[in-house]
Formats: sequence, C-alpha cells, structure tokens
Amino acid sequence: MYYFDPHIHMVSRTTDDYETLAKMGCVGMSEPAFWAGYDRGSAEGFRDYFNQLTETEPKRAAQYGLKHFTWLCINAKEAENVQLSREIIKMIPEFLGKPGVLGVGEIGLNKNTRNESIVFMEHVELAVNHDQPILIHTPHLEDKYPGTRMILDMLCDDARLDRNRVLVDHVEEHTVRNVLDEGFWAGMTLYPVSKCTPQRAADMIEIYGPERLLVNSAGDWGPSRPTAVPDFILEMRRRGHPESMIRRIVYENPISFFRQSRGFDFEPPSVPEARITEH
Amino acid sequence: MSSPMSSPMSADQIVDREYLEIRAKILEVAASFDRIGRGAGDVVQDPRMQRIHEALDALGQASDDRAEQIQLIFSLPYDDDWPEKFDIRPPS
Repeated sequence: MYYFDPHIHMVSRTTDDYETLAKMGCVGMSEPAFWAGYDRGSAEGFRDYFNQLTETEPKRAAQYGLKHFTWLCINAKEAENVQLSREIIKMIPEFLGKPGVLGVGEIGLNKNTRNESIVFMEHVELAVNHDQPILIHTPHLEDKYPGTRMILDMLCDDARLDRNRVLVDHVEEHTVRNVLDEGFWAGMTLYPVSKCTPQRAADMIEIYGPERLLVNSAGDWGPSRPTAVPDFILEMRRRGHPESMIRRIVYENPISFFRQSRGFDFEPPSVPEARITEH
Repeated sequence: MSSPMSSPMSADQIVDREYLEIRAKILEVAASFDRIGRGAGDVVQDPRMQRIHEALDALGQASDDRAEQIQLIFSLPYDDDWPEKFDIRPPS
C-alpha cells in the first residue's frame, strides 16, 4: 500500500532510510523544521538549515522516487530566545516561495512558557500574513495537556485562521478530542516511550473515526522508527480493518491536507499500487 | 468530528490476541515494583510513585476511557487564566 509520512525528520536519517521507506510503500514525506539536539547560535545557522530542508533533502529523496516537502520555523525549544526567533521569523519569507515548502511549522510549545507563547503567536501572524498552512508541535509528557489547551486557546481566539489548514501534531488520548472538536486536523506520532504506539493510534481511529486524522513516524535523531507508519498499517490489517479505511488514513488524508498548500506539487506514482484484496 | 467506528474484532478475539501481551506487561510492572523495593531508600513519598499508584487505581475502574484518564493523571493541570498571568493577549 502506498503511504505518505506527514511528519518525519529526514535530516537525521541516513540515505539507507530513504531506500527502506521507498521499499515499504512510502511515496512522499513532509519534514517540519525542528530542534537539532542543540541550540543554534545565529540566524545564519537557520539559513543553512532551511537550505538543507529545501534543496538537499528533496534531492536525497528523489534518488528513490520519493517526494520531499518541508515546513519552516524556529522550533518551540529554541523559541525561548525571542530575539533570535524574531530574526528567523523575519528571514522565513525568503523561503516560502521555494518548491516543496508547505507552510509554517512545526511551531508550538515545549515547556509552556511566556516566551514560547509570544513566539508561537508571531509565527501564526507570519502564516496569516503570507496565507500559509500551519503545522503544530504539542509538548511532551506532563506538559502536553496544558500546552495543547494553551495552543488551542491561541488558535481559537484568532478569527483570521482557517482551521482546516492547521494540523496539530503529537495528539494522544487526552488531547485528540479537543483538537478535532475545534475543527483542526490532528496527527498521531508513533514514537517509543513518549507519544503513541501503533496500537493506541489504531484505538483512537476506532474511537474517533478517520476524518482529519493522520499518523506519522516523526523519525528523528532520538530513538524512533522511520518505518512506524507501516507498523500502523499492519496493526490495522491484523484487526481486520478494510484496506480502503487504512489507505484513507495513511495516503488520502495527508494528501487532502497538503493539497491546500501552494507548494504541494505531487503526482501519484505511475507504478500500480500493490493491494491486498478486500473480502 | 467523524463518527466512531466499531472494532472489527470481538472482545473474545482481542483477549485471544492480547492475553499474553497483557500478562507480560503486568509482570514487567510487578518486577519494576520489586526492583524498587529491593533498592536502598524509601520512595513512598515520591510524587511520581503516588501518580503511579493513582494510575493503577484508574486501571482497575470499569470505564471505557482508562487510557485518557491515566494520561490526565500524569499531566500537569491546565490553567485557563494563563494569558492574564503571562500578560499576553492572543489576536482576535
């Protein structure tokens, strides 16, 4: 089955991982800008990173027939530095028109601080002023619930936003309902220890249905599996869910959301898709 | 929000599939508690252990949202006065 990984940090992965993803049915991915594992010291460091996201990674992906898309921002962790964040936000418009750029992301909160909230709102302002979709990071572990509620407060207070063009990622059992009820898209991140397992993601699909729900691997430099979406596909099959339902979640939903971006230039693969026959 | 879907598997089928996995997970928790007990010192007053015991209590309740309830036990509270405390105002 073809699938799309809507949130994966390929700058942290080897070229072998691109090959493995292609072999497993992945046809494309979107890569939000995030924390590198250390705080960068200057705006120029981000310029290099944005060039890597918009030029280097699409070329690496294309070697295996994969389409690589990206989102740009300063992540929530480094957003504690408001002065640096403002320099980055000022620079981002230079990149918004480049091929494969889908919007502003992954913006969000990390420890739910005042500075993070200020930078989050300034990113939203950037997205609104440039008519860009938004991809959002919600905090980890004990910070996730209050942080997600704060993010929803900031988004829902802004009448200019089209909620159908906002994806709130890393939802779990205690945050998914709030996000969907407010009319946003929600992403479940399949990630060991923190976030969600393929089994719990399948549970949430059974509880809330497939509308406006995505699954992603987040595959990054931490302990993570870039092939987590195929793990989810297998779990859904083992439970007896129809292929059409699974395909909607892992292929059609991401494409429906990304199609709202001007930078989403995607043609389905010309090679026929292998499918398991439904009975 | 879209409608919930029924699980294609019956409760019996799910137990057949997951019994050994659940058994193994419970044993892991039991062994972790034993390991903590063998360690030097006392963690009875550790708030993390109190949350773990609260979560175990929630696990034993008859409800269909145990995962959500346990997530909330391990969460910090949400304060809807946060914009005032931070002295910031989201755009309207």
